[in-house]
This record gives sequence, C-alpha cells and structure tokens, in this order.
Amino acid sequence: MSNKLNESMSLAKPDATNMPIKQKIAIAIGFIGLFLLTLAFFNTSFPSKNLFLTLALALLFVGVIIYSRSSYLSKLEGIKNDGVWFKSISSRGFWGWILGIVLTSFYIVLYFYPKYLGLGTNGEENAGLIGFFDPLSKLLSGRPASQWFVYGTLYTVAILVFGYKFILKYRHNRYQQLRTISVMFFQLAFAFLIPEFMYVMNSDLPYYDLKSMWPLNYYIFDEWSVKGFLSSGNIGLAFLIFGIVSIFVVSPILTYKYGKRWYCSWVCGCGGLAETAGDSFRQLSSKKLSAWKIERWLIHTVLVFSVIMTTAMIYTYLGYDKNDFWLTRGLFISLVIGLLTLVFTGVILFKRHELGKDAKYGAIGFFVVIMVLLLMHFTGTTNHVFYIKGSALRSAYGLYIGSIFSGVIGTGFYPILGNRVWCRFGCPMAAILGFQQRLFSKFRITTNGGQCISCGNCSTYCEMGIDVRAYAQKGENIVRSSCVGCGICAAVCPRGVLKLENDSMDGRINPNEILLGNDVDLMDLVNKQ
Amino acid sequence: MEHIVIIGNGISGVTAARHIRKLSDKKITIVSAETEYFFSRTALMYVYMGHMKFEHTQPYENWFWKKNNINLKQGLVNQIDTEQKTLHFKGGESLNYDKLIIATGSKPNKFGWPGQDLDGVMGMYHKQDLENLEKHAPNNSICKRAVIVGGGLIGIELAEMLNSRDIPVTFLVREDSFWNGVLPQGESEMINRHIKNHHIDLRLSTNLKEIKSDENGKVKSIIIEETGEEIECNLVGLTAGVTPNIDFIKDSNIETAKGVKVNRFLETNIPDIYAIGDCAEQHEGINGRRTIEAVWYTGRMMGETVAQTICSNRLAYNPGHWFNSAKFLDIEYQTYGWVFSKPREDEAHFHWKHEDDTKCITVCYNTNTNEFLGINTFGIRMRHEIFDEWLTEKRDVEYVINHLPEANFDPEFYTKYEAEILSAFNKKLQTV
Repeated sequence: MSNKLNESMSLAKPDATNMPIKQKIAIAIGFIGLFLLTLAFFNTSFPSKNLFLTLALALLFVGVIIYSRSSYLSKLEGIKNDGVWFKSISSRGFWGWILGIVLTSFYIVLYFYPKYLGLGTNGEENAGLIGFFDPLSKLLSGRPASQWFVYGTLYTVAILVFGYKFILKYRHNRYQQLRTISVMFFQLAFAFLIPEFMYVMNSDLPYYDLKSMWPLNYYIFDEWSVKGFLSSGNIGLAFLIFGIVSIFVVSPILTYKYGKRWYCSWVCGCGGLAETAGDSFRQLSSKKLSAWKIERWLIHTVLVFSVIMTTAMIYTYLGYDKNDFWLTRGLFISLVIGLLTLVFTGVILFKRHELGKDAKYGAIGFFVVIMVLLLMHFTGTTNHVFYIKGSALRSAYGLYIGSIFSGVIGTGFYPILGNRVWCRFGCPMAAILGFQQRLFSKFRITTNGGQCISCGNCSTYCEMGIDVRAYAQKGENIVRSSCVGCGICAAVCPRGVLKLENDSMDGRINPNEILLGNDVDLMDLVNKQ
Repeated sequence: MEHIVIIGNGISGVTAARHIRKLSDKKITIVSAETEYFFSRTALMYVYMGHMKFEHTQPYENWFWKKNNINLKQGLVNQIDTEQKTLHFKGGESLNYDKLIIATGSKPNKFGWPGQDLDGVMGMYHKQDLENLEKHAPNNSICKRAVIVGGGLIGIELAEMLNSRDIPVTFLVREDSFWNGVLPQGESEMINRHIKNHHIDLRLSTNLKEIKSDENGKVKSIIIEETGEEIECNLVGLTAGVTPNIDFIKDSNIETAKGVKVNRFLETNIPDIYAIGDCAEQHEGINGRRTIEAVWYTGRMMGETVAQTICSNRLAYNPGHWFNSAKFLDIEYQTYGWVFSKPREDEAHFHWKHEDDTKCITVCYNTNTNEFLGINTFGIRMRHEIFDEWLTEKRDVEYVINHLPEANFDPEFYTKYEAEILSAFNKKLQTV
C-alpha cells in the first residue's frame, strides 16, 4: 500500500520507478559542482580560483539543466507529479532528512559562525568557501567576498537553475512560467546585481535590495541604515523615501488590484526560493486545522513584535527637541498610534461583518500594541524603552526572527515542513499583505460551480497549507489571507475547478452550502439554513 | 431520538449525513465495509501514481465525525430485515434503524469471461483494488505488461496509472474509437491519438476472449477474440463499466432491478428506506438522464435532496442541467448540457479542433430553433455557472459562440482560442 512512506535507506533503488541514466549523469555533474564548493570549504588551494569557481557554478547549472530536460522534455506537457510521494527526498524520507540537516547546518554556520566558512576577520584575507568567492565579488564590486555575498550568490544560482526546472515542469502553463521568470529577474537584478553596482557607485550606501520592503526588510529603519542613506546625498534620500513609499503606497495599491501574489510569488526573494528550489517540497505543508490555528497566532505575533521593535528602534535615535529634527519622539509615537488607529477603525467600520469573531482578536491586538507604545513612551529614556535597551529588542528580533525563523527554520526545514514555513508562520510582510488581501483586494480563487470531485490535489500541493478542497467542494471562493497566489492548485486540478482572478469586491466571499447542478429551490432552501 | 443509518460512506452517503446533521440533531450512523473514513474515490488513482498519500484523499480530518456527532461503523451488511428495521452484519452483529439510506455505490462489471476471477484480475473501484494493484503491479519488473479491458473513464485512468510506473499497457476497447458511445467522433479520435502518444498500446474494435492462468492460478496471458492473438501479461484490469452494488439486498423485499428502485423522492417501495447515488435506479430517466447515474455529482445531489426529505421537508430529486468532467491523461474534459455522440433528430454539432490536437470543442444545437443544447470542451476550461445560465435562458448557438470569452475559465495568460472558434463557426455557416 503506497499510503506508507517509502523510507527505504537503499542507495541503489529507493524509488518505485527507475531513474534514467541521463538523470543519474546529471545528478553526478551537479554533485561534482557541490563537491568543488565543499573542497573550497575545507580550504583546498585550487590552482586558479577563477577557473574552479566558474567550473563549480557551471557544473551546478549544467547538472540541473540536463536533469530538468531529461525529466520533462521527454514527456508530453502536463502535470508532472508522478512518484512525488515515493521519492525519499520529497516525502520526508531518508534523503529528505539528510538534506534538511545539511541545509540547517549550513544556515547555522552562515548566521552564527561565518569564520568557519572562511570569513577573514581583523583585516585578514578570506579563506575557505568565502575566499573561493573573492574573485566574483571583486569582479562585481571590487571588494572581497563576505558570507552574505557567498550566500547571495548561491541563493541566486538556486533560484535561476531551479527556476529553469520549474519553467520546464510547467511548460504548458504560462502563468507559472511568467511568474517564475519574474522572480528569477528580481532576484538576479534587484537582490544580487544592483546592490553590488550601487556599492561601486557610492560605497557609503547601505546594502539595499529595492524590492525588499519593511517589515520583511527589518533593518531598513535601523539607525546605521537611515544615517547611511541620509549621508549619501540625494540618491540615499531617494532610496529612503522609496522604502517608505513602497510599503505605504505602492504595496497597498498593488495588493488591492492583484492580491498579495504580486509580491509573494512574483517579486519576493524568499518566495522566489520557495517557488523554485523549494517546489519539490510544497506538498509537505500541514493542512490540519490545528496548523492553521498555530499559523494565525504565530504570524500575527511576529507582526506585532516587528511593529513594536521598529518603532522602538526609531524612537531611541530620535530626539525630544524639534530644533534638532522635525520628527521628535512625541510626534513619532503619535503618528504611529494615529496610523494604527486609522487602520483599525477603518476595518471595524467597513469590514466588521466579514471578520466575525476575529474582530475581537484584532481589537485585543490593536489595544495591546497601543498600550505598549504608550508605555514605551512614558518609561523610555535615551536608549532605554520600557527599561530595556532599545537595541536589545532589535537584536532579539534579528536573532530569533531574522536569522533563526526565516533562515534556519524557514529554509533549512524545507524538506520537512514544506517550502513556505517562513512565509506562512513568520513573515510580518506576508501578515500585512494577507490582512489586506483578506479585506481590501480584488483577488480571489474562483471555484467552478459544482465541478469539484474532492480529489484533494489542490490541498496536497498548496504550499501554504490551505485546505483548498474544503472551499472548492462547497463551491465557495477561496479568500484567505495566507494565499500567495502561486496558482498551483489551479494547475493540478484535474477538473478545471479553480481559477485565480482579480474581479469586483462584491460577492467575492460567497459561502454556499449547495453546489450548482441541483434544483434551484433546493439551493435556496439549504443556503437559508 | 430517531436513528438514521446510512449504508455506504461514499460521496452520496456522507453528503446525506452532513446535511441531515445541519438540519437536525438526529442520531446518525454511517456503515462501511470498505474504509473507516470517507475518502474521494476519484482520487484513488493519484495515490498509486504517487501524487498523493491515501490520507490526502480524505476530505475531512478524522476528528470531524466525532465533532459533528456522526457515528462511523465498520462492517459488512449481509441482510436487511425491513420488518424489524434491523441490519444484520457479517459476523453476527445487528443494528436497528428508524430510517435507512442505501448508498452502497457500484461494483465493476464482469461479463463471464473465462478466467475473470484469477489472481491478478481486478477492477479499479474500491480501496481494496488499489491495494491489489499495488501487490500485482508495484513496478515494471514484477508486472511486465498489463492488459486493460474496457474503454471508459476508469479504463483510461487505470492506463494512466500504470503508465506512471512505466508498466507497458495494452488497452482493449470494444468500440471502434475510444468512448465513442458518449463522445462525438472528432473528440473520440483526438483522444485515441493522445492515448497512443503516451505509448499505450490501444487496440480498438477488440474484445477479450479469455484470460489464461499459470500453474498457480495467476494471470499469465489473455486471448483476443477477433485475432486469437495471445498477449502475455501479469495483470488484467476489468473496466467495462459498473453496476449497482446491491447483491445483499436482492433477497429482501426491497424492490430492485439493476439498482434499488426509487421514486423521485428517492424512496424505495418500503417506507423509511431510501436509496441514493450509484445504486439507486429511477423508474424513468429525468430530463433525458439515465435511470442509473453513476456520477460523483449526482450522488452528491441525491445526498443533499434525501437529507431534506428525512428532515421533514419532502423533496423530489430534481437535478438541473447536466454537467460532468473527466481527464484523459493530460487532456481535461468538461461537458455542460447535452451533446450526444451523434446528433439526434433536429440537432447538429459544430466541432472545432486546435491544430495541436489537444484542444477541441463540440457545440450541439437545434437546427430548427438554433437553441444551444450543450457543449463538450477539451483542453479549454469553461465556466459552469455561465453555461448553466445560458441553458436556462435557452440562448441560441450564435449567442453562445459569440460570448464564449465570458465562459473562459483557463488560468491567466493562457492563449485564448475564442476568436479562432468564432471564425471557424462563421465559415461553417457560410458553407452550409
């Protein structure tokens, strides 16, 4: 019975079907590339770093490209999920756990022990893996590599090669192809190349990935960051203004028109990695109701934490006197409270009915934040807010949320918990966009009358753990704050039941108890209940 | 408290139970011999193909039933005592009911082929069939070839399943083109080619003569009726349609023919006993429908209806416009309204096929009134709601073809074919 997972430890033949020889060769090529990187990690001295770095990255590209072409181009266009639950890597089997452990270890070293990757401290030269990437870094920006440069390069390579694989996998589906090209572009250009070139033009500018918005980019309003922008002339000021405008103006407009997918599955780097390198793990997200409950508490807690942390951070470096700078502490706190109140009253006035009993939780959350902010204001001193150092809050956030949650767990646990753990349970940006998507957006997933057969492909392949089927089999549109609009549910549906759409706000949420196809009077009757 | 017992935990029985629970606090018990919990039968294929685990085919989490106070009982009902209102189970247990809903579904047809009960011969319907398949055809070294007998929806799904594990498949179809008792010729032929493109050995106009056994009573080969050819195989799938699964009722005083006879209220001849879903047989087909409808959607609708009746709002089963869907390997199929394989009297078909040979539509209309009667669509998704509306409004065929873009349900950025369809339609009008 294939219900039980295939957790065979056999290296020879763990799968239900044989792997073609071409794919084995492709995997070998890719692993030679990884092996070269491993050698570099152990400080092997290569005759030419230039040559071997190029070779290592090229082998990774070539391996994945050959593998993808062999997997998908030899077959007719269509859904390619055969054997997903038989492969140990994609069903939490032996190789899945190995990969999870390797990734998690890599993240721990990356965030907390970069010296093991060879980061040169106190003016020493880089060695090991980081040293291996020096030639590329010098080529792009003239400076030696850092652990973040290595990470950024590998991250970009992963999105590009697995993006290519994804495009072939969905070669019959233009929505999937376009959004994948989009995340590949934004990663390569905005997250990787442009910041390097910006450094070349003006080395005082802090690293700034233009597409990464607060609160996902939680350090943009840090003192060093803001000072960096302000001391870099007009261009720096422009970037700072862009950062503010993008979260308060651009994002609300785009989310209203297209839902949060414009960001989460078309632009965002975290989403980009999840959709490409993480695609093989999307079926591992939990669809249990209990997981949904945890999700809602966790992600909103992180949001509250990030709002308070950011406010506290900015607060500590503002002055009391408006002669120093027009934005004083009192004014700033008032602005924050004013904005939150505006959002809160707006929601309660216009959307109370849609929220139902969740409105109560929202109200509690809102008043907690306001109370905390006021408490902060009245207990704060120069660098203490509620008697603790403002910077301590920021460090805690950076450590627990920025590093451990988003990196170590978010990506390291791909093969165990699915590819959107961070986006689903932790990302404060996703929480904000999701809140808007649920209440003020034209986006929804439409279900097609009575055509659902409850097969469960949609729910299984939803990376956000939404039980899509629960809605589809009732003929109800899916309007969920967590939906990132990846469109895979619609793609894998064998009966053409689901469609991502932007349409009018009226009738967007349509709880139906009886589906189309039955006698109309009966529909009226049961929906009345 | 009134005790409602439902035999069968498929879509019909479970829908009835859910709606009775919504409408009342009656005691509800669902009996099943097949599985503990409700699962989607249509999704069994994806378990074998490795797209899903069995638990993913279960639409409700296991706590759902207790939370909604629906009792689940595993057991095989042997006999219904309608006088004492008692069910007798295999193993001697019994269960009393006040009202009984029979929702036992179907079982695969067997037409008395020699060797049809050998080891390795199976239908593809129950969860046990899936387990059997896993045993006889886990991979292509144990199952070197499989033969499928019967060219319907389950047959092509079984072919797709075996194909996903690289097991060579010979597919015997009695008709001269796949499913052409239902599909118009152009569509049926397109699917023939699609099947062959998947390297499935499709044999049209071919019947099974007998299944041969090896010395251990296991399938060894099959013989083809027309040519006498012997094909060696390790598995034979019998997928020549289904019949109501009602053998245990035959000797009770509940009226049966092929299925359990019911009136429009889904009531049998015995008071307080109802039948719904695949096993129910109407005295007359409703609005051109068959008397037995073995379709997911109709099972669900009957469940919704019978729940009303049981909760003191006696309602006739009154299905709306016909619709259905399926997937033939990579090609999705939807149908709305009536499109028969050959136009009936005063009917004509407009057929359009895309040059890539994976998309086509057939529109059926009345030649006197031009009224739109139905559409089959392959490889292009269309909106149920819109067609339901157009059928109710009795739109004419020109209107429908001109407004096809409104009905499009393909994902965003997909190539649209409505303009091509419209120009093909206009061209056809000029030549006629």
